[in-house]
Amino acid sequence: MKQFQYIRPATQQNVLDAITKSGTKIIAGGTNLVDLMKRGVTAPDKLVDINHLPLKGITPTKSGLHIGALALNSVVSENALVLQKHPLLSLALKAGASPQLRNMATVGGNMMQRTRCTYFYDTTMPCNKREPGTGCGAMEGYNRMHAIFGASQQCIAVHPSDMCVGLAALDAVVIIAGKKGERRIPFVDFHRLPEDHPETDNHLAKDELIVGVEIPDNNFAKNSYYLKVRDRQSYAFALVSVAAALDISGGLIKQARLAMGGVAHKPWRLYDAEKSLVGKAPTEENFKVAAQIAMQGAKAYEYNAFKLKLAPASISEALKHAAGVV
Amino acid sequence: MTNKNGLTRVDGRLKVTGAIKYAAEYKFPGLVYGVVVSSTIAKGEITGIDSKAAEKSPGVIAVISHLNAPKIPGYDRKPNDFDPNIKTFNDSKIYFYGQPVALVIADSFERAKHAATLVKVSYQKQQQQTSLTANLQNSYKPWGDGSDYLRGEANAYRNASVKIEAEYHTPIHVHNAMEPFAMTAVWDGDKITVYTKAQAIKSMQQDIMNMFKLPIENVQVYSKVIGGAFGSGSPLWPYAKAALIGAKVINKPLKVVIDREQMFTMVGYRSPAVQKIGMGASADGKLVGITHEATGETSTYQQFGEGITDTTKFLYDCPNVNTQYRLTRLDLSTPTYTRGPGETTGVFALECAVDELAHALNMDPLEFRKKNYADHDPEENKPWSSKYLDECYSLGAEHFGWDRRKQKPASVIENGWLVGYGVGSGAYGAGRANCSARAKLSADGILLIQSSTSDMGPGTATVMVKIASDIIDIPVENIRFELGSSALPAAPGEYGSITTSSVGSAVFDTCTELKEKFKQIAGGTDNPDYLKILKEHNLPFVEVTHHTSGRAPDADKYSAHAYVTHFVEAHVHPATGMVKIKKVVSAVDGGKILNPITARSQIIGGVVWGIGMSLTEEGVLDHRYGKYVNANLGDYHVATHADVPQIEVVFVDKKDPVTNPMGSKGIGEVAIVGFAAAVANAVFNATGIRVRDLPITPDKLI
Ligand SMILES: Cc1cc2nc3c(=O)[nH]c(=O)nc-3n(C[C@H](O)[C@H](O)[C@H](O)COP(=O)(O)OP(=O)(O)OC[C@H]3O[C@@H](n4cnc5c(N)ncnc54)[C@H](O)[C@@H]3O)c2cc1C
Repeated sequence: MKQFQYIRPATQQNVLDAITKSGTKIIAGGTNLVDLMKRGVTAPDKLVDINHLPLKGITPTKSGLHIGALALNSVVSENALVLQKHPLLSLALKAGASPQLRNMATVGGNMMQRTRCTYFYDTTMPCNKREPGTGCGAMEGYNRMHAIFGASQQCIAVHPSDMCVGLAALDAVVIIAGKKGERRIPFVDFHRLPEDHPETDNHLAKDELIVGVEIPDNNFAKNSYYLKVRDRQSYAFALVSVAAALDISGGLIKQARLAMGGVAHKPWRLYDAEKSLVGKAPTEENFKVAAQIAMQGAKAYEYNAFKLKLAPASISEALKHAAGVV
Repeated sequence: MTNKNGLTRVDGRLKVTGAIKYAAEYKFPGLVYGVVVSSTIAKGEITGIDSKAAEKSPGVIAVISHLNAPKIPGYDRKPNDFDPNIKTFNDSKIYFYGQPVALVIADSFERAKHAATLVKVSYQKQQQQTSLTANLQNSYKPWGDGSDYLRGEANAYRNASVKIEAEYHTPIHVHNAMEPFAMTAVWDGDKITVYTKAQAIKSMQQDIMNMFKLPIENVQVYSKVIGGAFGSGSPLWPYAKAALIGAKVINKPLKVVIDREQMFTMVGYRSPAVQKIGMGASADGKLVGITHEATGETSTYQQFGEGITDTTKFLYDCPNVNTQYRLTRLDLSTPTYTRGPGETTGVFALECAVDELAHALNMDPLEFRKKNYADHDPEENKPWSSKYLDECYSLGAEHFGWDRRKQKPASVIENGWLVGYGVGSGAYGAGRANCSARAKLSADGILLIQSSTSDMGPGTATVMVKIASDIIDIPVENIRFELGSSALPAAPGEYGSITTSSVGSAVFDTCTELKEKFKQIAGGTDNPDYLKILKEHNLPFVEVTHHTSGRAPDADKYSAHAYVTHFVEAHVHPATGMVKIKKVVSAVDGGKILNPITARSQIIGGVVWGIGMSLTEEGVLDHRYGKYVNANLGDYHVATHADVPQIEVVFVDKKDPVTNPMGSKGIGEVAIVGFAAAVANAVFNATGIRVRDLPITPDKLI
């Protein structure tokens, strides 16, 4: 591992000043960054520790719930307000990694975690995300975990997070601090598709800091579910995951939110499928129709064709759980 | 501590308090650290090594490779199966991706690790072949005519009234012991002492003697405790040769620890296999014929073969059996023994095929097995030393509740999950080898027993203390068993489920002789009061060393095996293909169970391995590079706690009259044999889907 400096600036402002310099990197729980440094995927000159900043709170706001960027994944998943207002988020968090990792991992770090594509991790392999211009090892390689939506000629990697799939479904907003002050962007616009720049995972500028996320109040608490299909019962990334949230009243779906993980370079919202459910009864048939709509434009590679079947099956299964019709 | 389940591990406290010292934890004045640089091509030749940057890196002492290493005298020896003829650091050839090509030695592990990334190796690359399925046509007979077997008529199954034909695939399994391999090597002139992970201490000593042409007194091997090996801990692997050479060149104590990724390429793995089985029976379910053809892989530089088709020859009473075993040479490192080597792979196919045929006959698969029970060894035409497989069937079925099984697949649904029951049996040879032990009872009341066996995890010392205490009745707390040093009386390697039988027999004989000696000294008494005798005769201690032959009296007249029957309840989610194993009952015929508490752990460990084998484990290569794409514990999925349900272990617990004086049969390997089939059969019973290639991941069930 390359030698690096480590600093712990006293205030958020000091952090923002520190990260303007190139070669610096924020460290939160370190569960992803340190692995990447050990593998030589990233080699910062300086680590900027933010763990002591007062960004751990989980507090109600006028119209939603604010979760600080340094709140631990384990803490968020057990928080009473989260369990009451957004049980979907708790389920998504608990589906991720292992208890030990969740005890270290932060909300900001989880959003910023990088793909688990083996070709990205292995510095002897080609990877446009790690080293633009070297090619994509996965395209014709072992691409079982890879994207079926929104991929490009440059990159077919997926975003690995479970938490982010939940937040994307719940219309969360990301709160970002920069030199010019704070800005807010919808969670669904935070991550990006690979296009011609797979090296860029999201729209956070190098000199910006995530300070938190806010989830608007909603009527989904009663009817939501997070389904994760994986190769073992714990400590495995999603083959496919689905966050499903329904607002059901009078036997009809008033609003629906659907997002998928393990299928795209970002948490994949299923807008058309959501729309198809509005005004419908929460039945298996309607769920299956929504699932088919969701699959439009899907494209598989050599080893991940099973996702074309697994994804729609998982969507209707998650919806059934959300609606309580299993 | 003794409780109703036997003697708890004598080293348990040391293990859980971290007080025990593993191979990488020995410290010496001036100890330096080596990190292995591995090849980044799978086949070809090293054309150059630029180590200038590494040598200039802080703390670096040396960079050793074939360019500057001394000529190793033992590399001239004619290679054999068990001695890889890779001439580490005397050869520029590359045989597999991840082969050791250089060793960077520095004053700290971190500095060596960093400098290793600075070594630039250039290659002349050749096209590698690493896919077994793509190279089946290049297979050969590994043991000449011995690769094939025929009893009765070949392919007789084809004429049976009910028959099945099926092809089964198993992937690469990597042992993935928790403890990384390590060797600490300390030279003193031409004397060498090593601390390492060694299942077979005496053969490792021999390998080092051969490598440097040294007499036995110059080579001392310690392997006091092992954090798992599962078969991978016997050979003197290339990384260890690198450590020995490195320490010699710099003439300082040197420690080399390999990392997780290197554990995939440097210390063996279970060969993948492609197996074809044809099996036929009469309409009333009597076996007519079995044909079993298996192909595995080996490296280009060394042959490793295993008895994949062996169990097929004797597990059932069947007049016509023909088997064939082939190997394909690939540009990969050599596979090695992996828990239940051969049997685990072969019996997966055999016991799935049995289930498929029982289904075709519309028979309960356990009834089908009973109907074809072999009451003597049909291969060797000998009686069994003991065989209580039928009791495994009935005991296991009763504990499991087998009678609730529905014959028709996909007929039980619980909370949206399909429920199925499956069964799979297995056998493993109850072997034994020559072994010596020394016992010394001192005036302070301590009985010290010594033998150069090792403990790769099962609790070797614990069962030896138990065996000794049954003869010399002094408190178990006063009995010590010392193992893990080549200087102790010779023992066989801890493999092949022979340790309790071999070392146990030696301990039994040695303690019996010790007791006799006390009786003689005391002038004839049946229950000697040892301490009183020592005191009365003014003796500081009495000591005996005994060599016990590995050949039990009359052993040749019998065929000896341990048996297991696994019962599995699997739940399968029909929409997503997820599988959960909800219940396991494993019924075991391991002869007399000498210490139930540690014996049970052996079976549980085998079952957990079996869960990994059946549902999650697979070493995946990108054949374009000949390189693993999941060489870490995040991507290579061993079973987690969440994958493992309650496991009930039932022992028949009846003495074998032949194998050894204790009446036991080894159980470490048999524990996993047949388990993956039980899972695949349960999944079939749940869903009606027959998965013939492991692991059974969700994508195969949707
Ligand atoms: C074996 C393993 C299995 C896993 N399985 C799963 C899984 O199944 N599902 C899942 O969702 N996740 C999984 N994870 C990933 C885990 O969730 C992430 O590693 C974790 O969330 C990262 O959080 P962290 O605080 O440790 O981030 P760090 O490692 O500290 O940082 C990660 C990145 O985020 C940046 N960063 C951190 N905080 C901020 C901030 N406030 N503002 C701007 N940038 C920031 C850092 O600069 C760095 O680039 C797994 C991880 C491992 C190691």
